[in-house]
Amino acid sequence: MTEPPQKMARREQAGKAKEEEAPTDASIIIQFQSATGETTGPQLDIPHTVTPQQLETLLNGLLANEDKLPYSFYIEEEELLGELGAHLAAGGLSVEKALTITYQPQAVFRVRPVARCTASMPGHSESVLTVQFSPCGTMLASGAGDTTVRLWDLNTQLPKTECKGHKNWVLVVAWSPDAKYLASGDMNGSILLWEPASGKQLGACSGHSKWITSLSWQPAHRPGALPSSRFASGSKDNTVKVWDAATRRCVLSMSNHSALVTAVLWGGEGLIYSASRDCSISAWDEADGKLVRVFKGHGHWVNTLALSSGFALRTGAFDHTGKAPADIEAARAKAVERYAEATQGKPERLVSGSDDFTLCLYEPSVGKTPIARMTGHVQLINQVVFSPDGRFILSASFDKSVKLWDGARGTFLATLRGHVGPVYQVAWSADSRLFASGSKDSTIKVWDARTRKLKVDLPGHADEVFTVDWSPDGGSVASGGKDRVLKLWRH
Amino acid sequence: MPQNEHIELAQKRYGKRLDHDERKRKKQAREVHKRSAYAQKALGLKGKMFAKKRHQEKATMKKTIAMHEERDNKHKAQDGAPQNAVPAYLLEREQVDRAKVLSNTIKQKRKEKAGKWEVPLPQVRPITEDEMFKVMKSGKRMKKSWKRMITKVTFVGQGFTRKPPKYERFIRPTGLRMTKAHVTHPELKATFCLDIIGVKKNPNGQMYSQLGVVTKGTILEVNVSELGLVTPGGKVVWGKYAQVTNNPENDGCINAVLLV
Repeated sequence: MTEPPQKMARREQAGKAKEEEAPTDASIIIQFQSATGETTGPQLDIPHTVTPQQLETLLNGLLANEDKLPYSFYIEEEELLGELGAHLAAGGLSVEKALTITYQPQAVFRVRPVARCTASMPGHSESVLTVQFSPCGTMLASGAGDTTVRLWDLNTQLPKTECKGHKNWVLVVAWSPDAKYLASGDMNGSILLWEPASGKQLGACSGHSKWITSLSWQPAHRPGALPSSRFASGSKDNTVKVWDAATRRCVLSMSNHSALVTAVLWGGEGLIYSASRDCSISAWDEADGKLVRVFKGHGHWVNTLALSSGFALRTGAFDHTGKAPADIEAARAKAVERYAEATQGKPERLVSGSDDFTLCLYEPSVGKTPIARMTGHVQLINQVVFSPDGRFILSASFDKSVKLWDGARGTFLATLRGHVGPVYQVAWSADSRLFASGSKDSTIKVWDARTRKLKVDLPGHADEVFTVDWSPDGGSVASGGKDRVLKLWRH
Repeated sequence: MPQNEHIELAQKRYGKRLDHDERKRKKQAREVHKRSAYAQKALGLKGKMFAKKRHQEKATMKKTIAMHEERDNKHKAQDGAPQNAVPAYLLEREQVDRAKVLSNTIKQKRKEKAGKWEVPLPQVRPITEDEMFKVMKSGKRMKKSWKRMITKVTFVGQGFTRKPPKYERFIRPTGLRMTKAHVTHPELKATFCLDIIGVKKNPNGQMYSQLGVVTKGTILEVNVSELGLVTPGGKVVWGKYAQVTNNPENDGCINAVLLV
């Protein structure tokens, strides 16, 4: 039975009137707070319908920023994504008292997600074991099981030089922070130094008796570090040695570990950290090689280490534009500035991943007990990486998942599943918004750190992917693996 | 052949002959010629047996001599590094040596189209009907004999419902129904216990394929999502064919080899 048309019309009008009466002037009192806890500006009365973009404009005005910087906003650890009113209703937060909104600056530049393989560069005759972009992002070096180190030209995407000299598999390559040296370590324990521009071998550092597991250069912001000369190496012979690149002599030799050293990291506070299969992490003084601290927290082999200022230490004086600084003084100043920005005055944090399926977060210069112990993985952890801004930690594990953790407190944020084989390596993009993971199942997956979802799936390798690296200027991802081909992925 | 130890006893009591050692040495020297003469003269079965034994002796002797000579042999210096390079984080970890990921789905699709497979067991023993089926009598006076019970292992699948018992001609006893198979990867030599998805083909006839009978030589489709195989296009492989290699009704389990 339908209603008479007049009644229907009357009902519709009444409904419309009700909608118009809904309150549009509801407002909330908010207080901006920076990530460190200081309040910014006065308390403000803003309407319900405000969006994060509008809050950003407001905040830029309050801080009197010359260029508009992007920020992300958090209310009680939850990120504000939509309208303020909707967020509060969903979260059930009270509008009676002043709301504290914490803001975090995001990277100014945006990295576009890589979506296609622009070049498959064959050249190596054995599996590619390691791939690294130079700190400026213009050069690419790869080490393989056929004992050669190859330098690749990124503009033409063809091989540039083949550096022969090693007698066994090249396990690690490391660029110096000013991109003047390339160091590579092999299975016999010898480290060779190369000049990246020409591919010439500059010298050999011999001293280790067994294979090299890890290399790390002295960061550029340390006094006396530029031009780059010192680097540390860890090896299966349980020692960590510090070398001088100019004289190729071993300056310090530190041996306290009772099992092989899996990872060596030269920190920014004057300490060298080394992780070992004897379940401990040692911190050594960089000047005289004395053991400063030992961190015992893990129950099984410690596989990997990462520092919160890791990206700044790796790139030194270069930023995402890749421009070389004018001279050494300018480079030192820039490196110091970048390091200060990365740490923001707080002590460095160190995270370690282990075979006992847990990660430990430390503040090594403060104390030796861990701040947090992160559990959740069900298989061993192969690599941990801090995001370039130090806000997040990623752990890649053999249980086919990648887990995202908070970088300051170590709380669990998300698990990213998608791979069907053990995840070997993970690399962040320079703006900390995206990361790529390479796995034994021959695929590389690019994920979004904000939505915590898969962004792009990059199949294409014919066999296991051993190594992944994202260039510091954010333009491309390089990956290599057992199929002997190096692939470059771009937007 | 001395039956007791009287020779040794006499030697202990009275000592050996004065020329005993020399005679022994010379006799042993003559043994070589005697053996050679025997080898040339022996005919028939005796000759063959002797020749076989002698051949084995010569082979082992050659090997021992070669082994001793290794000490003086010169070897070419190892050019280049050993094969199968792995990155530093995989060193000293026991990893299964994986067969390279090939275009398995494409190959399998082609094989399916052709209707033929290259299988590890091309020939199987044919199974007769009276071995496969057991006659079950039914009816009020137990005179009707149109029902048959299958005496071999069968696979029925998850959604299987029997026909009404009154009309059921083939009975598949639940005791002989199996859902999992022990599948061996031929190159990795590793065995996994995987679920069966279905029976693809039974070589004894298409009636048995339709009934789901699993005998030696049957091709099954198994769920391999555990193995984590990925095609070059990025898709995950979750079903593969495997051929049964044992007689499941005798062993109580299905052993199969994966067809890669």
